[in-house]
Amino acid sequence: MELSALNINLFSVMPEILTTGLAIIVLIVDFFLGRKAKPALGYLSIIGLLIILPVAAMTAETAPSFGGTVMSDGFSAYFNVIFLIAAIFTILISMDYLEKTGIERGEYYHIILFATVGMMVMASANDFINLYVGLELMALSFYILVAFRVESSRSVEGALKYFVLGALSSGILLYGIAFAYGASGSTNLGEMAAGLGSGQDPFLVLGFILIIVGFGFKVAVFPFHVWTPDVYEGAPTPVTALLSIGSKAAAFAAFLRVFTVAFPALQPQWSEVLWLLSAATMIFGSVVAIAQKNIVRMLAYSSIAHAGIILIGLLVYNDIGMAGVVYYLLVYLFMNMGAFAVVTHLRGDAGGVMKGENISDYSGLVSKRPALAFLMALFLISLAGIPPTGGFAAKFFILSAAINAKYYWLASIGVVSTAISLFFYARVIFYMFVREPEAGVEQPGTGACYNVVLFCTAAGTIFLGIYPTPFIDLAIKAVKPFFM
Amino acid sequence: MTPNEVAAAWPVLSIITFLPAAGAIFILFLNREDTELIRWIGLGVSLFVFLLSLYLPLTFDASNPALQWVEKGVWIKSFGIQYYMGVDGISLLLVLLTTFITVICMLASWSDITDRLRAYMALFLFTETCSLGVFMAQDLFLFYVFWEAVLVPMVFIIGIWGGKRKLYSAIKFFLFTFVGSLFMLLGVLAVYYYHGDVTGLYTFDSTILALTPIAPEVQYWVFIAFFLGFAVKVPMFPFHTWLPDAHTDAPTAGSIVLASVLLKLGTYAFVRFSLPLLPNASVRLAPFMIGISLFAIIYGALVTIAQKDIKRLIAYSSVSHMGFVMLGIFVFNIEGLKGSIMQMINHGISTGALFLLMGMIYERTHTRMIGDYTGLFKQMPVYGVAFLVVALSSMGMPSTNGFIGEIFVLIGAFKASWLFAVVVAVGILLGAVYLLWLFQRVFLGTYSYTGRGTLQDLNFRETVTALSLMGLIFWIGLYPRPFLHVMDASLNRLVNQVEENYRQAGMRQNASKATAMASRTVFTPVKGSGR
Amino acid sequence: MIENVLNYPILSTLIFLPALGVIVLAFIPGKSKEVLRTTALGFTLVNFFISLVPVFHFDTSTFKMQFVEQAPWIPGIGVSYFLGMDGISLTLVLLTTFLSIIAVLCSWTAVTERVKEYMMHLLILETGMLGVFVSLDLILFFLFWEVGLIPMYFLIGVWGGPRRLYASIKFFLFTLFGSVFMLVGIVALYYSHGSMTGEYTFNLLKLYEVVYSYNLQWWIFLAFFLGFAIKVPVFPFHTWLPDAHVEAPTAGSVILAGVLLKMGTYGFLRFNLPLLVDATVAFTPYILALAVIGIIYGAFLAMAQSDIKKLVAYSSVSHLGAVMAGIFALNQQGIDGGVLQMINHGISTGGLFLIIGIIYERRHTRAIADFGGIARVMPVYAALVMVIVFSSIGLPGTNGFVGEILILLGLFKASPVAAVLGATGVVLGAAYMLWMSQRVFYGKVTHPENEALKDLSVREVVTIVPIVALILWIGVYPGHFLKLTNASTAHLAEVVEMNRSKGKVHEMALTHKAYAEEQAPSMGGHR
Repeated sequence: MELSALNINLFSVMPEILTTGLAIIVLIVDFFLGRKAKPALGYLSIIGLLIILPVAAMTAETAPSFGGTVMSDGFSAYFNVIFLIAAIFTILISMDYLEKTGIERGEYYHIILFATVGMMVMASANDFINLYVGLELMALSFYILVAFRVESSRSVEGALKYFVLGALSSGILLYGIAFAYGASGSTNLGEMAAGLGSGQDPFLVLGFILIIVGFGFKVAVFPFHVWTPDVYEGAPTPVTALLSIGSKAAAFAAFLRVFTVAFPALQPQWSEVLWLLSAATMIFGSVVAIAQKNIVRMLAYSSIAHAGIILIGLLVYNDIGMAGVVYYLLVYLFMNMGAFAVVTHLRGDAGGVMKGENISDYSGLVSKRPALAFLMALFLISLAGIPPTGGFAAKFFILSAAINAKYYWLASIGVVSTAISLFFYARVIFYMFVREPEAGVEQPGTGACYNVVLFCTAAGTIFLGIYPTPFIDLAIKAVKPFFM
Repeated sequence: MTPNEVAAAWPVLSIITFLPAAGAIFILFLNREDTELIRWIGLGVSLFVFLLSLYLPLTFDASNPALQWVEKGVWIKSFGIQYYMGVDGISLLLVLLTTFITVICMLASWSDITDRLRAYMALFLFTETCSLGVFMAQDLFLFYVFWEAVLVPMVFIIGIWGGKRKLYSAIKFFLFTFVGSLFMLLGVLAVYYYHGDVTGLYTFDSTILALTPIAPEVQYWVFIAFFLGFAVKVPMFPFHTWLPDAHTDAPTAGSIVLASVLLKLGTYAFVRFSLPLLPNASVRLAPFMIGISLFAIIYGALVTIAQKDIKRLIAYSSVSHMGFVMLGIFVFNIEGLKGSIMQMINHGISTGALFLLMGMIYERTHTRMIGDYTGLFKQMPVYGVAFLVVALSSMGMPSTNGFIGEIFVLIGAFKASWLFAVVVAVGILLGAVYLLWLFQRVFLGTYSYTGRGTLQDLNFRETVTALSLMGLIFWIGLYPRPFLHVMDASLNRLVNQVEENYRQAGMRQNASKATAMASRTVFTPVKGSGR
Repeated sequence: MIENVLNYPILSTLIFLPALGVIVLAFIPGKSKEVLRTTALGFTLVNFFISLVPVFHFDTSTFKMQFVEQAPWIPGIGVSYFLGMDGISLTLVLLTTFLSIIAVLCSWTAVTERVKEYMMHLLILETGMLGVFVSLDLILFFLFWEVGLIPMYFLIGVWGGPRRLYASIKFFLFTLFGSVFMLVGIVALYYSHGSMTGEYTFNLLKLYEVVYSYNLQWWIFLAFFLGFAIKVPVFPFHTWLPDAHVEAPTAGSVILAGVLLKMGTYGFLRFNLPLLVDATVAFTPYILALAVIGIIYGAFLAMAQSDIKKLVAYSSVSHLGAVMAGIFALNQQGIDGGVLQMINHGISTGGLFLIIGIIYERRHTRAIADFGGIARVMPVYAALVMVIVFSSIGLPGTNGFVGEILILLGLFKASPVAAVLGATGVVLGAAYMLWMSQRVFYGKVTHPENEALKDLSVREVVTIVPIVALILWIGVYPGHFLKLTNASTAHLAEVVEMNRSKGKVHEMALTHKAYAEEQAPSMGGHR
């Protein structure tokens, strides 16, 4: 078939192209910079991303291209913005961290950029091949990033776990795709849906179960979450942040598009399966989180619990739910990034040993760093889903979708898990505000980079809680096409 | 110029609600060193808000049952969520109570709190904003937002400035109320979608929601969800366990605001939402509600008698008193309803005052044990008199506010069944037992104090604080008319609404029953016979 | 109802003048005790004279309420500020204002610490008691009824004897226990009246107008009975009385015996008899039984006492038993006697406590054994005491005689057996009283401490003489007093009679239910 049939619409994939370009530029510039000047790369990539951001936001009209393998629409645009902002924040909090832990190496920045590109591809992929490419690009980048603190055994261990399980999950996903392709005769989501018909083909069922498992690994739902805590703990904290926000969001984006576009016929079945996964994940995540002493592990489990709640929005299969998912991920970007920013800042590498990562290290933080404690409290309260923060609004949309679809029990389980989760969030807050300060790590005041991140995330968390209207409307608009 | 016209030009309610929050933010920017300034600004703001709120009763149109000073604005369009504030006869008094009590709290913590004063003051003002919001919000979503938001400052107040087991108590309080209200959220959503599916109009506007009766079978589930949310706050019997801990460990002002305002959120919500939205469920489950209320009255009182810690004693007495309030609501007659609203106010004043006085003595002696006090009367006559008056009002002695509320509840209870009335009577009696016994042990007998220094009687500030409360106690006790008058119209409207919805929902449920339903009434008619 | 002939709120003045006194006292420094005492005395005196005003404008020809004042109070539930007075209230009001003066006088030197609060309590107490006797709205009545408790609680609890705390709370809780059930009764009355007539009100006169179903009456009677019987106190409920009396300061005892106990009997007259006639008739036998038991039991206990004050306390149980018996004779003599005996007992027992207080101040003991031959040392004292003792015994020529005779006459009509048994009470009364006075006043001065006892001071004489005067006055011209109450008591008796003539009540009494069913229509009864 000749080129015109592919109706290559470069503009629709402009964000991806630009980000790739940026990554390459950073890669090249890296050669000409001395060890000391690496932060310049950080600033360079941030400036670049800031330029790309509006472009990504603008490519919001539905435009299939590359023979329908890429579908850039409001949905992808929404997610691209999330990814880009996440990347910006990550880089901002990385620079100080890298210096602190003595791992300033240039590749860090362009690998993050490549990971971002991978996410963007996933969000706009309308074809399994494409999707898989994006997924792998993201995954490979993360394998490196997680292992970035080579001298730290925990980092390496985490990286190894992540690599093995990640590779496995990718394999499973690919396997599933193969079955699905066999059953439908196409890898294009739209055509697949057409090809499936009633969708009682056992191969298809097998395939899409494998696909669920594959995605399950990526978004870390129980019981496919096992890698999460160790990886989160071992990885450089900023990477953890990006991992918990970016890759989760990307996976959900793909998840959502695949199931609504390719498998609407099987909706009852996959809703069934996801119901169980979601319930189990919510309860497991929040219960286990209670036992955690290490704040990063705590956040890891909390992110598992959140994944469970987001799943509700997906499985109820209505526009409110989907919009809820999208909105939730946006809010999650801000609140979780904020929390991680604080954690990153308070984490210090003294002689290869991590300090300031146990919850007890946060005792009496308020007396040492009132502002920081206050912000952390805000983020945690938002994570717990208490109004008037964004976390509440997001949970509200998801729950309301569940009620709307008459998933009362699931909603109740979600409520219970939220309540449980309150316990460990509140505990950190009380450590910060009530306990007397112990000999925790003494960190210098937050630098400009942190201040920017903290300010933006806090502002975002509050604003999304008090006035969600514009963004929830955008989200609803973004997911509309899936229900045409 | 009617209140609503005023509101159109001038968002009175929003100003009253958010002024404290603004004050709080301002305080946060003050220098933490100059505590005097912080105190004065805290007091000033709360006082100003109180004076401002006095504008409401002065211009309130008691003949108009509808909401007044209404403010409406679109908030989250796609979900039909509005910013909808309004005050009617039911909430007016509670709003005033809140603004008044906050002033008292500021005075109460004047010399009590020295550590992290800035945050303390700010948190109190935030609490005020949220509580006011709960009483004014007419949009269920907005209501919920305030309802939840009020938790956070309160938890901090207990957790940071609390007593020995503050952490435990704070978390317990937090979890209990949080779980409850999350289920309530589900209930709210259920109502929302039910209404949407039936009428095609998706809205959280409670006044509109109340126009379309909900099918009884749905009502029960929603009622349970609401119940979980409200009953924990009240707190009703099985859910009350957080209360004693929270009270015991909270700082004085914390206990005051907790007892006076926060407990009322629950009972208020029952009146405001459970009754009109879920009349059939309310009626069907009334026996259950009455049952636990009666049980709470007696059980609470008995447990109270056994207490050795004065603060715990007062806390448990709240359980008993709130039992009266709940009983008044669910006996379904206008007297009971009136009585329970009066009781909310009275309990707010009396129990708040008890905690206040307790705090005053605690500040001096740093012990809450009854055993550590005897014969205080000789040493601190003014204090003794104040305590006596408050205790009497709390035990419902005639000529104090407590009696007015109790007589209404008693009449209401009697209309439902003489048995309830007897239980209530026993409750009143037990109330007298524990309060009087407390008074006797602490104040009478020969004075002995082993603590450091000598006990000083109340100073000027404390006397003023106590006097203001005593003034209210006698005002309501001797001339309750204005207070009762305010709520008349709104309560009648509520009653009619409940009747109407009850019937319609009944018919919706089952056409054959329709005729039977049409003739039945929920509330005991004020005139005519029939017990 | 007769309008207020004075066109002036005389009753409110009566009630609230002492309250005003309280406020005035509040502004007098606690140091200047003399000033406090005199102010208090002044207020009680003035109030006494004001209470005389109604006597001159009183229309003795009617049982209807006079000097009526009415104003809405809590319209929501038909509570009104409604005052009025008939003969019975009038006499009790006079008794109250009179004894209040005595109370202030007799604590002149007895109470030296915290005089200010003490006097304030006395005045609040007066307000409460007056309110009870003149309020015609049940809620208002209940209000004053309870208000009376607090100051008494303090008089006993703060200025009382060694076991004051125990005694005071016992007194308070016993009374409160009764009154909450009374409150339930009131509400029951209110509700059934409302549902029958459609008019919900606590206005006593309105409540009179309806005849209530037998069952209802039965229960309400029970509720009221609890409230009043404890206050009186009727036999099984009397246990709080001795403690309270023994521990209370003199003035406390005087008021307690003189007035507070009368609130109970007054309650029976004002509410049970006219409102709940059938129930009253049905309950009469049992109450008479209790009353007679009270008379005899009280007398015997009194005889056994070694503490003078306890002795007088138990004698009150006996005398109040007599009053109850008179009232529940349910005929005019009986009721007349009951009312008069209320006054008499108020005067004589008040007097007795007074004289005990006087001797106690001197010797700080109340044990009979510590005295003897006091007459030698304190002739005036002894002389005055004997008059009071005689009146309490009921010797002809004293007020006690008239009251007891009337009671016995009435009682004989109602039930001869009860009359006979009651009469023995009189004999026993004579016995323990005379025995006591003999041991205390006559014979040799056995204890050297008693040698030096001073006779009465002028103030003390002034305190006692009016009592003695009253004793003799009533004893010689009982008519002056009976005239006041005549119309009211006649009316009461008549109401009961009327109802009895409706017939069959006695059988009914045996089978409540059957009665209730068949009476319901004819009585417009409502269940």
